[in-house]
Amino acid sequence: MPELTYREAVRDALVTAMRQDDDVFVMGEDIAEMGGSMGVTQGMLAEFGPERVRNTPISEMALAGTAIGAALQGMRPVAEIMYEDFMTLAAEQVVNQAAKHRYMSGGQLSVPVVFRTQGGAGWSPGAQHAQQLEAWFVHIPGLKVVFASTPEDVRGLLWSAIYDDNPVVFFEHRTLYPIKGEVPDEIEPIPLGKARIHREGEDVTVIATGRLVHEGLKAAEEAERDGISVEVVDPRTLQPLDEEMLVASVKKTNRAVVAHEAVTRMGYGAEVAAVLQYQAFDWLDAPIERVGSKFAPLAFAPVMEQFVVPNAGDVLAAIKRTVGK
Amino acid sequence: MAKVEQRASLAKGDLADVLREMLLIRRFEEKVEERFRAGELPGFLHVAIGQEACAVGVCRALEDGDVIASTHRAHGHTLAKGTHPNELMAELYGKQEGCSHGYGGSMHLYDVEHGNLGANAVIGGGLPQITGAALAFKLRGEPRVALAFFGDGATNIGTFHEALNLAQLWQVPAVFVLEDNHWAESTPESQHSPIRDLSERAKAFGMKSVKADGQDVEAVYKTARKALDHARGGDGPVFVHLDTVRFSGHYIGDPQVYRDRDEARRLREERDPIELLRAKIELSGEDFAELDSEVTEIVEAAVEFAKAGTDPAPEDALKNVYA
Repeated sequence: MPELTYREAVRDALVTAMRQDDDVFVMGEDIAEMGGSMGVTQGMLAEFGPERVRNTPISEMALAGTAIGAALQGMRPVAEIMYEDFMTLAAEQVVNQAAKHRYMSGGQLSVPVVFRTQGGAGWSPGAQHAQQLEAWFVHIPGLKVVFASTPEDVRGLLWSAIYDDNPVVFFEHRTLYPIKGEVPDEIEPIPLGKARIHREGEDVTVIATGRLVHEGLKAAEEAERDGISVEVVDPRTLQPLDEEMLVASVKKTNRAVVAHEAVTRMGYGAEVAAVLQYQAFDWLDAPIERVGSKFAPLAFAPVMEQFVVPNAGDVLAAIKRTVGK
Repeated sequence: MAKVEQRASLAKGDLADVLREMLLIRRFEEKVEERFRAGELPGFLHVAIGQEACAVGVCRALEDGDVIASTHRAHGHTLAKGTHPNELMAELYGKQEGCSHGYGGSMHLYDVEHGNLGANAVIGGGLPQITGAALAFKLRGEPRVALAFFGDGATNIGTFHEALNLAQLWQVPAVFVLEDNHWAESTPESQHSPIRDLSERAKAFGMKSVKADGQDVEAVYKTARKALDHARGGDGPVFVHLDTVRFSGHYIGDPQVYRDRDEARRLREERDPIELLRAKIELSGEDFAELDSEVTEIVEAAVEFAKAGTDPAPEDALKNVYA
């Protein structure tokens, strides 16, 4: 099996789709000559030209809205929103338009558009370039929401997102772009709505997204040394949610930690915890633990930034609380 | 409402048909006002009485494959783009037979088969998507045009500026039709825009801009034709500035405390697009009465159709969330 970085895996899905399908194209700020602020689209301009690798002005409402308009005509645009923070600028078009057209038209329209975006702390970007805003979008009926954590997943999920007939908000994490992982020779689509068990365990289930999947796996290794067997599950698609797999895992381990980098309060993990307590209440041996950022904007100074965002140590501490150690 | 064969101007015979269409829209909206006041219609309703020549003149100039995005004041656009009055009325009554099957209502009228990509309840909300639809036509090499209707109030919102900027930058086949009725809800243009000539805003993007008297349906048609030909020919987007008059309030029931009543009365007397066309084609009182009773019958039939329509099941609310 070949090895790709997470960045290359995203690019591979885009390039492969564009080679086989004229209806797929990418658009975004600085994605052509510069290859995107994260280098994801590097080299694509040379292969596909400026009509299909479209640089846009710094103009998120038009960028998002134009992609929606092309999708309404049956094309499959992939719009890159440079930072997740800027999804707030695109939000009117994503929330009021893309998510609603099918519904308001009584099923006459579909909107097969993908909004790729990224964020994440760990490099002192400050408060406007690293927010994790998935909770904003999972709250909107009509949107699908994906957050991939490995090269294999990001490639297979992006493929499915491109070929899904619904608008998909596709979150990537900035710190994951350089990580490497094995991927199948050919792209294998990963269905939206299917979670993945990264590591099997008996005592506690860590349900983690994005960067926290990797922090969760580190914490699981540490816990193993203390004799705690940890299962790590990544929902991968946040909407629709694979409730079945998450609940089955917790019914097996009887304990759960929900971990994400986004602010804990009112975060995505609250919904996951609610799902677990409704569906697995009688199986739970401990309160569901939650791990996430403290309730503050992201500070600039590295010591403050590190204090706010969660890491493996926070996940480990939560694991230990669930087993009373 | 059969479309006349496309040509640069309207023949006298066509004008009689145009008058009929405008009168149908007028009577339809008057009926909507009446039924709303009778408590039969839920939701927000905005009529475009006085602006019929804009809808009819522009939509007459469109070709079959062209698409439009409309506004919260969409009944006229929807009828003029080919939706049957029965389906429109059924939508206003929230019935399954409605053009949005009861999911949209007056502010979200869709008829994709007829190229209506939706009325939009967010001011300026449809404009970027019209740029995007036009981009799709350009990328696929299709000789189609995407056209957005909007009012003067929309020229202050970001989507307007971003959509026009990108359309001009990419030279897509889009037409942006400003129905300038000089009111943004209750706020007059003098209080919402620092400039008096709103077409200056299109010129700032380097976009071709044309103007017409929005009460003169022939002028609207000719101007729209020119704009559509320009866009379809690959020469880039066009801004069409129509000077029009909103006879009614912002919404049905609006007491219009913000408006000078004498001025409103004068505009109704002097600038009614239906009266102006009737005078131009010298239609006799008898012929007009005949036309009027014909369209009134269509409107009455639409109300009957709508009332006899099927209510959606409450749980239908959970359908169509995802494709």
